[in-house]
Amino acid sequence: MSAILRADDISVSLGARRIVERARVKLRRGELAVLIGPNGAGKTTLIRALAGLLPAQGRIALEDKPLSHFDPRERARRIAYLPQGNTFHWPMTVAAVVALGRYPHGDPFASPTEEDKTAVCDALAATATTPFSERPVTALSGGERARVALARALATRAPVLLADEPIVSLDARHQLVVMNVLRDTARKGAAVLAVLHDLALAARFADHVLLMQDGQIVTQGEVKDVLTETRIAQVFGVAAQMTETGGARVPLPYRAL
Amino acid sequence: MVGPAGLSPRAAIAALFSGDGAAGIVVRDIRLPRTLLAALIGATLGLSGAALQGLLRNPLAEPALFGAPQAAAAAASFVIAFGFVPATSLAAPIAGIAGALLSVGGLVVVAGARASLTVILLAGLALASFAGAATALILNVAPNPFIALEVAFWLLGSLEDRSIEHLLIAAPFLVASWILLAMTARAFRALTLGEDAAASLGVDLVRTRLLVVTGVALGVGAAVAVAGSIGFIGLVAPHLVRRHVGSDPARVMLPAALAGTALLLAADIAVRSVPSANELKVGVVTALIGVPVFLTMIFGEKRLEESAA
Repeated sequence: MSAILRADDISVSLGARRIVERARVKLRRGELAVLIGPNGAGKTTLIRALAGLLPAQGRIALEDKPLSHFDPRERARRIAYLPQGNTFHWPMTVAAVVALGRYPHGDPFASPTEEDKTAVCDALAATATTPFSERPVTALSGGERARVALARALATRAPVLLADEPIVSLDARHQLVVMNVLRDTARKGAAVLAVLHDLALAARFADHVLLMQDGQIVTQGEVKDVLTETRIAQVFGVAAQMTETGGARVPLPYRAL
Repeated sequence: MVGPAGLSPRAAIAALFSGDGAAGIVVRDIRLPRTLLAALIGATLGLSGAALQGLLRNPLAEPALFGAPQAAAAAASFVIAFGFVPATSLAAPIAGIAGALLSVGGLVVVAGARASLTVILLAGLALASFAGAATALILNVAPNPFIALEVAFWLLGSLEDRSIEHLLIAAPFLVASWILLAMTARAFRALTLGEDAAASLGVDLVRTRLLVVTGVALGVGAAVAVAGSIGFIGLVAPHLVRRHVGSDPARVMLPAALAGTALLLAADIAVRSVPSANELKVGVVTALIGVPVFLTMIFGEKRLEESAA
Protein backbone atom coordinates (compact mmCIF):
# COMPACT_ATOMS: atom_id res chain seq x y z
CA MET A 1 0.00 0.00 0.00
CA SER A 2 1.28 3.47 -0.76
CA ALA A 3 2.37 5.75 2.05
CA ILE A 4 -0.02 8.47 3.30
CA LEU A 5 2.90 10.51 4.63
CA ARG A 6 6.32 10.16 3.09
CA ALA A 7 9.55 12.06 3.42
CA ASP A 8 12.25 11.60 0.80
CA ASP A 9 15.72 12.50 1.95
CA ILE A 10 14.68 15.36 4.17
CA SER A 11 17.21 17.40 6.12
CA VAL A 12 16.39 19.79 8.95
CA SER A 13 18.64 22.46 10.43
CA LEU A 14 18.07 24.39 13.63
CA GLY A 15 20.14 27.53 13.38
CA ALA A 16 23.46 26.56 11.86
CA ARG A 17 23.29 22.98 13.10
CA ARG A 18 22.10 20.19 10.86
CA ILE A 19 19.92 18.03 13.11
CA VAL A 20 18.36 15.62 10.62
CA GLU A 21 20.32 14.41 7.60
CA ARG A 22 18.66 12.90 4.54
CA ALA A 23 15.98 10.97 6.40
CA ARG A 24 13.59 8.76 4.46
CA VAL A 25 10.27 7.95 6.13
CA LYS A 26 7.14 6.26 4.81
CA LEU A 27 4.06 6.00 7.01
CA ARG A 28 1.36 3.63 5.83
CA ARG A 29 -2.25 3.41 6.98
CA GLY A 30 -2.81 0.45 9.28
CA GLU A 31 0.79 0.41 10.42
CA LEU A 32 2.40 1.34 13.74
CA ALA A 33 5.90 2.63 13.07
CA VAL A 34 8.30 3.22 15.95
CA LEU A 35 11.20 5.65 15.87
CA ILE A 36 13.96 4.85 18.32
CA GLY A 37 17.43 6.16 18.92
CA PRO A 38 19.65 7.54 21.66
CA ASN A 39 19.09 10.99 23.22
CA GLY A 40 20.02 13.76 20.83
CA ALA A 41 19.68 11.57 17.72
CA GLY A 42 17.19 14.04 16.18
CA LYS A 43 13.98 12.08 16.72
CA THR A 44 11.91 15.05 17.97
CA THR A 45 13.20 17.30 15.20
CA LEU A 46 12.32 14.71 12.57
CA ILE A 47 8.82 14.15 13.93
CA ARG A 48 8.19 17.92 14.15
CA ALA A 49 9.28 18.31 10.54
CA LEU A 50 6.92 15.47 9.54
CA ALA A 51 4.14 17.31 11.41
CA GLY A 52 4.83 20.39 9.29
CA LEU A 53 6.01 22.41 12.28
CA LEU A 54 9.59 22.89 11.09
CA PRO A 55 10.84 23.78 7.64
CA ALA A 56 12.71 20.92 6.04
CA GLN A 57 14.81 20.56 2.91
CA GLY A 58 13.67 17.77 0.67
CA ARG A 59 10.20 16.53 -0.12
CA ILE A 60 7.50 15.69 2.41
CA ALA A 61 4.30 14.48 0.79
CA LEU A 62 0.94 14.02 2.48
CA GLU A 63 -1.56 12.06 0.38
CA ASP A 64 0.89 12.50 -2.54
CA LYS A 65 0.74 16.31 -2.32
CA PRO A 66 3.54 18.47 -0.91
CA LEU A 67 2.93 19.03 2.81
CA SER A 68 3.62 22.74 2.47
CA HIS A 69 0.67 23.10 0.07
CA PHE A 70 -1.82 22.30 2.82
CA ASP A 71 -3.17 25.22 4.78
CA PRO A 72 -2.61 24.76 8.54
CA ARG A 73 -6.15 23.64 9.30
CA GLU A 74 -6.33 21.17 6.41
CA ARG A 75 -3.01 19.75 7.56
CA ALA A 76 -4.21 19.62 11.17
CA ARG A 77 -7.26 17.55 10.15
CA ARG A 78 -4.91 14.96 8.60
CA ILE A 79 -1.95 14.93 10.99
CA ALA A 80 -2.43 14.76 14.75
CA TYR A 81 0.75 15.56 16.66
CA LEU A 82 1.36 14.75 20.30
CA PRO A 83 4.37 16.68 21.57
CA GLN A 84 6.61 15.65 24.45
CA GLY A 85 5.89 16.94 27.90
CA ASN A 86 2.07 16.88 28.18
CA THR A 87 1.86 20.62 28.75
CA PHE A 88 -1.37 22.12 30.07
CA HIS A 89 -1.14 25.77 31.00
CA TRP A 90 -4.67 26.41 32.24
CA PRO A 91 -6.69 24.29 34.68
CA MET A 92 -9.33 23.45 32.06
CA THR A 93 -11.38 20.29 32.45
CA VAL A 94 -10.17 17.07 30.85
CA ALA A 95 -13.22 17.06 28.55
CA ALA A 96 -12.46 20.61 27.38
CA VAL A 97 -8.82 19.72 26.70
CA VAL A 98 -9.73 16.60 24.73
CA ALA A 99 -12.28 18.65 22.76
CA LEU A 100 -9.34 20.75 21.52
CA GLY A 101 -8.59 17.80 19.28
CA ARG A 102 -11.64 18.89 17.29
CA TYR A 103 -10.20 22.39 16.83
CA PRO A 104 -9.21 21.93 13.17
CA HIS A 105 -12.67 20.60 12.30
CA GLY A 106 -14.74 23.29 13.92
CA ASP A 107 -16.31 26.42 12.61
CA PRO A 108 -15.33 29.00 15.26
CA PHE A 109 -18.91 30.05 15.89
CA ALA A 110 -20.71 26.72 15.67
CA SER A 111 -21.38 24.47 18.61
CA PRO A 112 -19.90 20.94 18.61
CA THR A 113 -21.48 18.52 16.14
CA GLU A 114 -22.54 14.95 16.95
CA GLU A 115 -19.33 13.76 15.33
CA ASP A 116 -17.27 16.04 17.57
CA LYS A 117 -19.01 14.67 20.65
CA THR A 118 -18.56 11.03 19.62
CA ALA A 119 -14.89 11.60 18.78
CA VAL A 120 -14.27 13.13 22.22
CA CYS A 121 -16.19 10.36 24.02
CA ASP A 122 -14.34 7.64 22.10
CA ALA A 123 -10.96 9.25 22.78
CA LEU A 124 -11.74 9.49 26.51
CA ALA A 125 -12.89 5.87 26.58
CA ALA A 126 -9.88 4.56 24.62
CA THR A 127 -7.43 6.15 27.04
CA ALA A 128 -9.46 5.24 30.17
CA THR A 129 -9.80 8.92 31.08
CA THR A 130 -13.62 9.07 31.10
CA PRO A 131 -13.85 8.79 34.93
CA PHE A 132 -12.09 12.11 35.45
CA SER A 133 -13.35 13.96 32.38
CA GLU A 134 -14.82 16.76 34.49
CA ARG A 135 -11.72 17.30 36.65
CA PRO A 136 -9.21 20.09 35.99
CA VAL A 137 -6.35 18.63 33.98
CA THR A 138 -3.73 20.34 36.17
CA ALA A 139 -4.96 18.35 39.18
CA LEU A 140 -4.11 14.98 37.60
CA SER A 141 -1.08 12.75 38.11
CA GLY A 142 1.65 12.58 35.47
CA GLY A 143 0.35 9.31 34.06
CA GLU A 144 -3.21 10.62 33.86
CA ARG A 145 -2.04 13.77 32.11
CA ALA A 146 -0.12 11.73 29.54
CA ARG A 147 -3.29 9.79 28.70
CA VAL A 148 -5.34 12.99 28.46
CA ALA A 149 -2.74 14.41 26.07
CA LEU A 150 -3.04 11.26 23.94
CA ALA A 151 -6.84 11.46 24.07
CA ARG A 152 -6.63 15.01 22.74
CA ALA A 153 -4.57 13.82 19.77
CA LEU A 154 -6.93 10.86 19.14
CA ALA A 155 -10.01 13.10 19.19
CA THR A 156 -8.89 14.72 15.94
CA ARG A 157 -9.44 11.34 14.22
CA ALA A 158 -6.64 12.21 11.84
CA PRO A 159 -5.40 9.54 9.44
CA VAL A 160 -1.83 10.23 10.65
CA LEU A 161 -0.81 10.25 14.32
CA LEU A 162 2.68 11.38 15.31
CA ALA A 163 3.38 10.78 19.02
CA ASP A 164 6.62 11.97 20.62
CA GLU A 165 7.43 9.77 23.63
CA PRO A 166 3.81 9.04 24.55
CA ILE A 167 4.66 6.63 27.38
CA VAL A 168 7.58 8.39 28.97
CA SER A 169 6.08 9.12 32.39
CA LEU A 170 3.75 6.13 32.64
CA ASP A 171 3.80 3.13 34.95
CA ALA A 172 4.18 -0.36 33.47
CA ARG A 173 0.46 -1.01 33.15
CA HIS A 174 -0.36 2.30 31.50
CA GLN A 175 2.59 1.95 29.14
CA LEU A 176 0.91 -1.19 27.84
CA VAL A 177 -2.50 0.50 27.79
CA VAL A 178 -1.14 3.34 25.66
CA MET A 179 0.81 1.02 23.34
CA ASN A 180 -2.40 -0.95 22.80
CA VAL A 181 -4.27 2.27 22.02
CA LEU A 182 -1.62 3.23 19.46
CA ARG A 183 -1.79 -0.22 17.86
CA ASP A 184 -5.61 -0.16 17.79
CA THR A 185 -5.50 3.28 16.20
CA ALA A 186 -3.25 1.87 13.49
CA ARG A 187 -5.46 -1.22 13.06
CA LYS A 188 -8.46 1.04 12.52
CA GLY A 189 -6.67 2.53 9.53
CA ALA A 190 -4.42 5.32 10.76
CA ALA A 191 -0.71 5.63 10.11
CA VAL A 192 0.94 5.92 13.51
CA LEU A 193 4.51 6.93 14.28
CA ALA A 194 5.65 6.87 17.91
CA VAL A 195 9.00 7.87 19.36
CA LEU A 196 9.93 5.39 22.09
CA HIS A 197 12.88 4.77 24.38
CA ASP A 198 11.80 1.33 25.52
CA LEU A 199 13.40 -1.23 23.18
CA ALA A 200 11.28 -4.07 24.51
CA LEU A 201 7.98 -2.28 23.87
CA ALA A 202 9.24 -1.16 20.48
CA ALA A 203 10.02 -4.77 19.58
CA ARG A 204 6.65 -6.04 20.80
CA PHE A 205 4.39 -3.45 19.21
CA ALA A 206 6.08 -2.04 16.12
CA ASP A 207 5.14 -3.10 12.60
CA HIS A 208 8.06 -1.07 11.31
CA VAL A 209 11.08 0.25 13.20
CA LEU A 210 13.20 3.26 12.30
CA LEU A 211 16.55 3.41 14.08
CA MET A 212 18.06 6.86 14.30
CA GLN A 213 21.58 7.94 15.23
CA ASP A 214 23.29 11.33 14.86
CA GLY A 215 20.54 12.75 12.66
CA GLN A 216 20.44 9.83 10.27
CA ILE A 217 18.12 6.88 10.01
CA VAL A 218 20.78 4.16 10.09
CA THR A 219 18.39 1.34 9.35
CA GLN A 220 14.68 0.64 9.14
CA GLY A 221 12.43 -2.29 8.50
CA GLU A 222 10.86 -5.15 10.40
CA VAL A 223 11.66 -5.61 14.08
CA LYS A 224 13.64 -8.82 13.57
CA ASP A 225 15.96 -7.16 11.04
CA VAL A 226 16.47 -3.86 12.88
CA LEU A 227 16.56 -4.67 16.57
CA THR A 228 19.51 -7.08 16.52
CA GLU A 229 22.17 -7.38 19.23
CA THR A 230 24.78 -5.92 16.87
CA ARG A 231 22.69 -2.91 15.86
CA ILE A 232 21.66 -2.18 19.43
CA ALA A 233 25.30 -2.34 20.54
CA GLN A 234 26.37 0.00 17.71
CA VAL A 235 23.65 2.59 18.13
CA PHE A 236 22.89 2.57 21.85
CA GLY A 237 26.19 1.36 23.22
CA VAL A 238 24.55 -1.37 25.31
CA ALA A 239 24.72 -5.13 25.34
CA ALA A 240 21.22 -6.60 24.95
CA GLN A 241 20.00 -10.09 25.49
CA MET A 242 17.23 -11.39 23.24
CA THR A 243 14.34 -13.02 25.05
CA GLU A 244 11.05 -14.53 23.92
CA THR A 245 8.13 -12.48 25.24
CA GLY A 246 4.56 -12.79 24.09
CA GLY A 247 5.65 -14.52 20.89
CA ALA A 248 8.15 -11.80 19.96
CA ARG A 249 11.93 -11.65 20.10
CA VAL A 250 12.51 -8.82 22.55
CA PRO A 251 15.86 -7.18 23.33
CA LEU A 252 16.65 -6.63 26.99
CA PRO A 253 19.54 -4.21 27.52
CA TYR A 254 21.64 -5.32 30.50
CA ARG A 255 25.06 -3.65 30.33
CA ALA A 256 26.48 -0.36 29.05
CA LEU A 257 29.39 -0.97 26.67
CA MET B 1 -23.45 59.18 36.61
CA VAL B 2 -22.68 60.04 40.21
CA GLY B 3 -20.78 63.14 41.26
CA PRO B 4 -20.26 65.92 43.76
CA ALA B 5 -23.11 68.09 42.47
CA GLY B 6 -26.09 67.07 44.58
CA LEU B 7 -28.55 65.67 42.09
CA SER B 8 -31.10 63.04 42.99
CA PRO B 9 -31.16 59.99 40.70
CA ARG B 10 -34.50 61.13 39.33
CA ALA B 11 -33.23 64.66 38.64
CA ALA B 12 -30.11 63.24 37.01
CA ILE B 13 -32.14 60.99 34.71
CA ALA B 14 -34.52 63.81 33.86
CA ALA B 15 -31.55 66.07 33.07
CA LEU B 16 -29.96 63.40 30.91
CA PHE B 17 -32.98 63.27 28.65
CA SER B 18 -33.98 66.94 28.70
CA GLY B 19 -30.53 68.54 28.90
CA ASP B 20 -32.14 71.57 30.57
CA GLY B 21 -30.43 74.01 32.87
CA ALA B 22 -27.39 73.52 35.06
CA ALA B 23 -28.35 69.92 35.83
CA GLY B 24 -28.51 69.24 32.10
CA ILE B 25 -24.97 70.53 31.59
CA VAL B 26 -23.66 68.58 34.58
CA VAL B 27 -25.18 65.31 33.44
CA ARG B 28 -24.86 65.57 29.68
CA ASP B 29 -21.52 67.36 29.26
CA ILE B 30 -19.60 66.33 32.37
CA ARG B 31 -20.93 63.04 33.65
CA LEU B 32 -22.08 61.28 30.50
CA PRO B 33 -18.78 61.39 28.54
CA ARG B 34 -16.85 60.48 31.63
CA THR B 35 -19.05 57.48 32.37
CA LEU B 36 -18.99 56.26 28.79
CA LEU B 37 -15.20 56.66 28.62
CA ALA B 38 -14.79 54.75 31.88
CA ALA B 39 -16.97 51.95 30.52
CA LEU B 40 -15.14 51.71 27.18
CA ILE B 41 -11.65 52.02 28.65
CA GLY B 42 -12.40 49.58 31.46
CA ALA B 43 -13.63 47.02 28.94
CA THR B 44 -10.56 47.55 26.76
CA LEU B 45 -8.18 47.11 29.68
CA GLY B 46 -9.97 43.98 30.91
CA LEU B 47 -9.98 42.50 27.42
CA SER B 48 -6.31 43.41 26.82
CA GLY B 49 -5.32 41.73 30.07
CA ALA B 50 -7.29 38.59 29.23
CA ALA B 51 -5.75 38.48 25.73
CA LEU B 52 -2.16 38.91 26.93
CA GLN B 53 -2.75 36.25 29.56
CA GLY B 54 -4.14 33.93 26.91
CA LEU B 55 -1.25 34.55 24.53
CA LEU B 56 1.45 34.12 27.16
CA ARG B 57 -0.49 31.43 29.02
CA ASN B 58 0.07 33.20 32.28
CA PRO B 59 -2.52 34.71 34.62
CA LEU B 60 -0.09 37.42 35.74
CA ALA B 61 0.25 39.10 32.35
CA GLU B 62 -1.16 42.63 32.05
CA PRO B 63 -0.48 45.56 29.71
CA ALA B 64 1.10 47.71 32.43
CA LEU B 65 3.62 45.01 33.35
CA PHE B 66 4.88 45.16 29.77
CA GLY B 67 5.31 48.90 29.82
CA ALA B 68 2.49 49.38 27.27
CA PRO B 69 0.74 52.26 29.03
CA GLN B 70 4.07 53.72 30.11
CA ALA B 71 5.38 53.71 26.55
CA ALA B 72 2.08 55.09 25.28
CA ALA B 73 2.31 57.81 27.91
CA ALA B 74 5.89 58.65 26.94
CA ALA B 75 4.99 58.95 23.26
CA ALA B 76 1.82 60.94 23.93
CA SER B 77 3.60 63.28 26.37
CA PHE B 78 6.24 63.93 23.78
CA VAL B 79 3.62 65.00 21.27
CA ILE B 80 1.75 67.13 23.78
CA ALA B 81 4.79 68.73 25.38
CA PHE B 82 6.65 69.57 22.19
CA GLY B 83 4.06 69.55 19.49
CA PHE B 84 1.72 72.02 21.20
CA VAL B 85 -1.23 70.05 19.98
CA PRO B 86 -4.38 70.25 22.02
CA ALA B 87 -5.12 67.11 23.98
CA THR B 88 -8.23 66.49 21.86
CA SER B 89 -6.44 66.11 18.55
CA LEU B 90 -5.71 62.76 16.95
CA ALA B 91 -1.96 63.20 17.40
CA ALA B 92 -1.95 62.07 21.03
CA PRO B 93 -3.80 58.78 20.52
CA ILE B 94 -1.77 57.94 17.44
CA ALA B 95 1.47 58.62 19.30
CA GLY B 96 0.14 56.59 22.23
CA ILE B 97 -0.73 53.67 19.97
CA ALA B 98 2.73 53.79 18.36
CA GLY B 99 4.37 53.81 21.79
CA ALA B 100 2.31 50.89 23.03
CA LEU B 101 2.95 48.99 19.79
CA LEU B 102 6.70 49.41 20.27
CA SER B 103 6.62 48.21 23.85
CA VAL B 104 4.28 45.21 23.46
CA GLY B 105 5.90 44.22 20.18
CA GLY B 106 9.33 44.66 21.73
CA LEU B 107 8.37 42.47 24.63
CA VAL B 108 7.02 39.67 22.48
CA VAL B 109 10.25 39.79 20.46
CA VAL B 110 12.56 40.02 23.47
CA ALA B 111 10.76 37.41 25.49
CA GLY B 112 10.45 35.13 22.47
CA ALA B 113 8.20 32.20 21.98
CA ARG B 114 8.98 30.09 25.00
CA ALA B 115 9.94 32.67 27.57
CA SER B 116 9.52 31.94 31.24
CA LEU B 117 7.49 34.29 33.41
CA THR B 118 10.73 35.60 34.90
CA VAL B 119 12.09 36.69 31.52
CA ILE B 120 8.79 38.27 30.54
CA LEU B 121 8.47 40.21 33.80
CA LEU B 122 12.09 41.37 33.71
CA ALA B 123 11.82 42.44 30.07
CA GLY B 124 8.55 44.23 30.90
CA LEU B 125 10.16 45.92 33.87
CA ALA B 126 13.02 47.10 31.69
CA LEU B 127 10.64 48.46 29.04
CA ALA B 128 8.44 50.14 31.65
CA SER B 129 11.47 51.74 33.33
CA PHE B 130 12.80 52.91 30.01
CA ALA B 131 9.44 54.43 29.09
CA GLY B 132 9.25 56.05 32.53
CA ALA B 133 12.70 57.54 32.07
CA ALA B 134 11.75 58.79 28.61
CA THR B 135 8.67 60.48 30.08
CA ALA B 136 10.75 62.04 32.85
CA LEU B 137 13.20 63.30 30.24
CA ILE B 138 10.38 64.85 28.24
CA LEU B 139 8.99 66.61 31.32
CA ASN B 140 12.52 67.63 32.25
CA VAL B 141 13.29 69.39 29.01
CA ALA B 142 9.75 70.46 28.12
CA PRO B 143 9.82 74.00 26.70
CA ASN B 144 6.83 75.12 28.75
CA PRO B 145 6.69 74.33 32.49
CA PHE B 146 2.89 74.67 32.58
CA ILE B 147 2.48 72.10 29.90
CA ALA B 148 4.92 69.87 31.77
CA LEU B 149 2.81 70.10 34.91
CA GLU B 150 -0.36 69.42 32.95
CA VAL B 151 1.21 66.37 31.33
CA ALA B 152 2.45 65.11 34.70
CA PHE B 153 -1.08 65.23 36.12
CA TRP B 154 -2.62 63.70 33.03
CA LEU B 155 -0.14 60.82 33.30
CA LEU B 156 -1.51 59.87 36.70
CA GLY B 157 -4.62 58.63 34.95
CA SER B 158 -7.91 60.41 35.24
CA LEU B 159 -11.28 60.69 33.57
CA GLU B 160 -11.92 64.13 35.01
CA ASP B 161 -13.19 66.81 32.61
CA ARG B 162 -13.20 64.55 29.58
CA SER B 163 -15.56 65.75 26.89
CA ILE B 164 -17.55 64.04 24.18
CA GLU B 165 -14.65 64.91 21.80
CA HIS B 166 -12.29 62.72 23.85
CA LEU B 167 -14.84 59.95 23.63
CA LEU B 168 -15.16 60.31 19.85
CA ILE B 169 -11.38 60.28 19.37
CA ALA B 170 -10.78 57.19 21.47
CA ALA B 171 -13.85 55.08 20.66
CA PRO B 172 -12.92 53.96 17.11
CA PHE B 173 -9.51 52.73 18.29
CA LEU B 174 -10.97 51.01 21.32
CA VAL B 175 -13.62 49.24 19.26
CA ALA B 176 -11.00 48.22 16.67
CA SER B 177 -8.89 46.73 19.46
CA TRP B 178 -11.90 44.72 20.70
CA ILE B 179 -12.43 43.28 17.22
CA LEU B 180 -8.78 42.28 16.82
CA LEU B 181 -8.62 40.70 20.27
CA ALA B 182 -11.94 38.86 19.85
CA MET B 183 -10.56 37.25 16.67
CA THR B 184 -7.82 35.55 18.68
CA ALA B 185 -9.95 34.09 21.47
CA ARG B 186 -10.18 30.57 20.07
CA ALA B 187 -6.44 30.34 19.49
CA PHE B 188 -5.85 30.95 23.20
CA ARG B 189 -7.82 27.82 23.99
CA ALA B 190 -5.51 25.71 21.80
CA LEU B 191 -2.48 27.49 23.25
CA THR B 192 -3.18 25.88 26.61
CA LEU B 193 -1.39 22.85 25.09
CA GLY B 194 1.73 24.89 24.33
CA GLU B 195 2.81 26.52 21.09
CA ASP B 196 3.88 23.36 19.25
CA ALA B 197 0.63 21.52 19.88
CA ALA B 198 -1.39 24.65 19.06
CA ALA B 199 0.48 25.02 15.77
CA SER B 200 -0.17 21.36 15.00
CA LEU B 201 -3.89 22.03 15.52
CA GLY B 202 -3.77 24.68 12.82
CA VAL B 203 -3.28 27.81 14.92
CA ASP B 204 -1.27 30.45 13.08
CA LEU B 205 1.02 31.61 15.88
CA VAL B 206 2.51 34.56 14.00
CA ARG B 207 -0.93 35.90 13.11
CA THR B 208 -2.19 35.39 16.66
CA ARG B 209 0.77 37.26 18.17
CA LEU B 210 0.40 40.05 15.66
CA LEU B 211 -3.34 40.45 16.35
CA VAL B 212 -2.82 40.53 20.12
CA VAL B 213 0.08 42.97 19.97
CA THR B 214 -1.80 45.28 17.61
CA GLY B 215 -5.07 44.95 19.50
CA VAL B 216 -3.51 45.70 22.87
CA ALA B 217 -1.49 48.58 21.44
CA LEU B 218 -4.57 50.16 19.78
CA GLY B 219 -6.66 49.82 22.91
CA VAL B 220 -4.09 50.78 25.52
CA GLY B 221 -2.56 53.51 23.37
CA ALA B 222 -5.90 55.21 22.76
CA ALA B 223 -6.97 54.74 26.39
CA VAL B 224 -3.76 56.29 27.70
CA ALA B 225 -3.97 59.15 25.25
CA VAL B 226 -7.36 60.28 26.57
CA ALA B 227 -7.19 59.12 30.18
CA GLY B 228 -3.55 58.75 31.17
CA SER B 229 -2.26 55.50 32.54
CA ILE B 230 -4.71 53.36 34.46
CA GLY B 231 -3.04 50.19 35.59
CA PHE B 232 -3.99 46.79 36.95
CA ILE B 233 -7.55 46.61 35.57
CA GLY B 234 -6.18 44.20 32.96
CA LEU B 235 -4.70 42.03 35.68
CA VAL B 236 -7.56 42.04 38.15
CA ALA B 237 -10.57 41.78 35.80
CA PRO B 238 -9.70 38.35 34.27
CA HIS B 239 -8.64 37.11 37.69
CA LEU B 240 -12.03 37.99 39.18
CA VAL B 241 -14.08 36.33 36.46
CA ARG B 242 -11.94 33.18 36.24
CA ARG B 243 -13.38 32.01 39.55
CA HIS B 244 -16.86 32.03 38.02
CA VAL B 245 -16.44 31.08 34.37
CA GLY B 246 -13.47 28.73 34.73
CA SER B 247 -10.01 28.94 33.23
CA ASP B 248 -10.87 28.46 29.56
CA PRO B 249 -8.92 31.43 28.16
CA ALA B 250 -11.43 32.01 25.36
CA ARG B 251 -14.41 32.00 27.69
CA VAL B 252 -12.71 34.48 30.03
CA MET B 253 -12.51 37.26 27.43
CA LEU B 254 -16.04 38.73 27.39
CA PRO B 255 -16.59 38.52 31.16
CA ALA B 256 -13.16 40.09 31.69
CA ALA B 257 -14.18 43.02 29.50
CA LEU B 258 -17.40 43.47 31.48
CA ALA B 259 -15.53 43.16 34.78
CA GLY B 260 -13.03 45.77 33.54
CA THR B 261 -15.93 48.13 32.85
CA ALA B 262 -17.38 47.53 36.30
CA LEU B 263 -14.02 47.99 38.02
CA LEU B 264 -13.13 51.23 36.28
CA LEU B 265 -16.64 52.66 36.75
CA ALA B 266 -16.46 51.75 40.43
CA ALA B 267 -13.00 53.27 40.82
CA ASP B 268 -14.09 56.43 39.03
CA ILE B 269 -17.23 56.75 41.14
CA ALA B 270 -15.05 56.31 44.22
CA VAL B 271 -12.68 59.14 43.28
CA ARG B 272 -15.63 61.39 42.51
CA SER B 273 -17.27 60.67 45.84
CA VAL B 274 -14.20 61.10 48.05
CA PRO B 275 -14.30 64.71 49.22
CA SER B 276 -10.92 66.39 48.67
CA ALA B 277 -9.54 69.66 47.36
CA ASN B 278 -7.86 68.03 44.35
CA GLU B 279 -9.83 65.13 42.94
CA LEU B 280 -7.99 61.85 43.43
CA LYS B 281 -6.64 60.40 40.18
CA VAL B 282 -8.33 57.15 39.19
CA GLY B 283 -4.99 55.73 37.99
CA VAL B 284 -3.60 56.25 41.47
CA VAL B 285 -6.55 54.41 43.00
CA THR B 286 -6.36 51.42 40.63
CA ALA B 287 -2.62 51.11 41.30
CA LEU B 288 -3.06 51.37 45.07
CA ILE B 289 -5.64 48.56 44.95
CA GLY B 290 -4.08 46.63 42.08
CA VAL B 291 -0.55 46.19 43.39
CA PRO B 292 -1.58 44.34 46.59
CA VAL B 293 -3.91 42.14 44.52
CA PHE B 294 -1.03 41.42 42.13
CA LEU B 295 1.28 40.46 45.00
CA THR B 296 -1.38 38.18 46.47
CA MET B 297 -1.73 36.50 43.08
CA ILE B 298 2.04 35.97 42.81
CA PHE B 299 2.06 34.28 46.19
CA GLY B 300 -0.93 32.19 45.13
CA GLU B 301 0.96 31.10 41.99
CA LYS B 302 4.02 30.23 44.03
CA ARG B 303 1.99 28.04 46.37
CA LEU B 304 0.45 26.29 43.38
CA GLU B 305 3.87 25.58 41.88
CA GLU B 306 5.19 24.29 45.18
CA SER B 307 2.20 22.02 45.72
CA ALA B 308 2.53 20.71 42.14
CA ALA B 309 6.25 19.97 42.56
